[in-house]
Amino acid sequence: MRPRGGLAAQRVRHAWWMAAPMLVVLAAVGGWPLLRTIWFSVTDSDLSSLGDYAFIGLENYVGEYGLLASPDWWQAVGNTLLFTALSVALETLLGLGVALLLNQPSRLRTLLRAALLVPWAIPTVVSAKMWSWMLHDQFGIVNHHLLALGVIAVPLAWTADPQLSLFSVVLVDVWKATPYMALLILAALQMVPVDCYEAARVDGVPRWQVFRRITLPLIMPGLLVAMIFRTLDALRVFDLIYVMTSNSRDTQSMSVFVREQLIDFGLVGYGSAAATCLFFMIALLSIVAMGLLGKTVERAAR
Amino acid sequence: MSRIELRGVSKDFGNTPVLNDIDLSISPGEFCVFVGPSGCGKSTLLRLLAGLEDPSAGEIEIDGVLVNHLPPARRNVAMVFQSYALYPHMSVHQNMAFGLQHRKLPSDEIERRIADAVRILQLDSLLQRRPRELSGGQRQRVAIARAIVRQPKVFLFDEPLSNLDAALRVHTRLEIARLHRALGSASMVYVTHDQVEAMTLADRIVLLQPLAGRRGAPSVAQAGPPLDLYHHPANRFVAGFIGSPAMNFVDARVKSLGDEQVVADASGMLCAARLSSQGLTPGEPVTLGIRPEHVVLGQGPQRARVSHVERLGELSHVYLDLPGASTPLLAKSPRDDIAIGELLAFDFPAQVMHLFRSDGVAQARGAACTATRSGRVKSQWYEPS
Repeated sequence: MRPRGGLAAQRVRHAWWMAAPMLVVLAAVGGWPLLRTIWFSVTDSDLSSLGDYAFIGLENYVGEYGLLASPDWWQAVGNTLLFTALSVALETLLGLGVALLLNQPSRLRTLLRAALLVPWAIPTVVSAKMWSWMLHDQFGIVNHHLLALGVIAVPLAWTADPQLSLFSVVLVDVWKATPYMALLILAALQMVPVDCYEAARVDGVPRWQVFRRITLPLIMPGLLVAMIFRTLDALRVFDLIYVMTSNSRDTQSMSVFVREQLIDFGLVGYGSAAATCLFFMIALLSIVAMGLLGKTVERAAR
Repeated sequence: MSRIELRGVSKDFGNTPVLNDIDLSISPGEFCVFVGPSGCGKSTLLRLLAGLEDPSAGEIEIDGVLVNHLPPARRNVAMVFQSYALYPHMSVHQNMAFGLQHRKLPSDEIERRIADAVRILQLDSLLQRRPRELSGGQRQRVAIARAIVRQPKVFLFDEPLSNLDAALRVHTRLEIARLHRALGSASMVYVTHDQVEAMTLADRIVLLQPLAGRRGAPSVAQAGPPLDLYHHPANRFVAGFIGSPAMNFVDARVKSLGDEQVVADASGMLCAARLSSQGLTPGEPVTLGIRPEHVVLGQGPQRARVSHVERLGELSHVYLDLPGASTPLLAKSPRDDIAIGELLAFDFPAQVMHLFRSDGVAQARGAACTATRSGRVKSQWYEPS
């Protein structure tokens, strides 16, 4: 329905003017690079001679040496999915625990809430480097203490050992992102009306039942939003893994794979194909997640 | 059947005293209303009974059992919250069933109780709805139903009508009174700031006063049947709180004392009051009190000019300028043709006068004064001083 009245039309026109700068910027920094990338992905463009390329169709995707036939790409996809699943699951559980603790009235609460944000506020490159040193196999403080306590007999190569490196990366991501989860969940917890808890107390509902039947359903929309944010974030993970384990095949995520192809190997066409795949995967997941979230919120709001 | 007993109960929040030295006994089946202005601690007192707060001092007994350290669930009380506190994600049926599912009741017993409550409160068509799909009045009924299915010994109501509109409030007030009769044996403790609710519902009113700046003063200003508080207020606070519009207060000095008769001089206006003269001395500063509905207009020895009139239809509020008084005297009149600026005769009948000493304590009123219970004050009761 198109607004006809002079005032309504004016208001719509006004809204477009207000939104215009944002739309222009979005098109310039989001739309244009995306279209360029998709275009590059169907060429054989090379980093040393960007202007000199030929259109090769879907060769980068489905050709003999195409992306979908590359075991390295699939390993990167597997790493990313495993990293995402592990880190989001752990962050959700820990974040929920921390949020429940912080939701208890306490004089320390404001202080703790501020302190909690520190890991999240530190730039990822800095915290990744910090953890690299702490996890260093020879000089790291983690190995030092574990040896002193007798938990391990020989130093572990946390970031180099193929069995351990993905675990280490997940650990650091959990350390960094749990506060973010905790704060989002805390916000949801504080929306739960206090009198609901009091009514349950007068009714004699056991604590665990209060959590399961009252708290959890009421914070579910908030919890889902937090999980979706973290999932989309984790699927794009780059800096943490790149700083801690460089291009190691054992931890390489999709984003690290894209950078390696594009920059280290100079394969702009091939790298762009990988980037385009990554984009569509995340886009698809976002759409599914939004649909799911919409349904949950709708159900909660019914 | 359960008696609630409070002995020397006090409650502080940090350094702020909220309730002080409350001795109270609520009989089985009694409808007891806690009333008072904002900040008098009436809700806190209710929460003490519910077990949502711990008393700072004193003992609370329900049914002869000391419950100071019993959690709410083991006190056998049910509470209706001001905000209803319905579980937003559960249907009406689930809201009622949820509290029962943890009491190891067989499910047919649960269903039977819910069916009873649904019948009493006419919720049949709403059972599958969520709270947000209900109107305020419907939510209120669900909250009451949720308390009923618990079959508690004591019902606690925390300002249950304050979120309803005026018409619904009157209707729900009737329903609660009806419910109290229907449930018979259960005591009800009801908190409100609305004196009309208190007067209409209560078997007994407990009027609480704020402690602000009055450390050591007891919280209970007066407890008793509604008409006792109306006719025999124990002090100036009670007299000013009960009754709408509020009682008129006039500063005066004791002029002469007789047997069951005090004459006071209010800036030259001599007023007789049919009261015990015990403990008063001539010349002592006192405050005279008279309710707007007891001021006789149109006859009598006094004259005053009308400064303002509020016409409510069934009656009018007439404001009279008294010499030497800072606030106008308010009188109710059935006449709707009184004009601003008119010079009106008026009278204070001696039987209905209240008198408060400088510390606020009321002079005892004899049995004759309760004659007002049987009807309106008639002008022939006037006795010249």
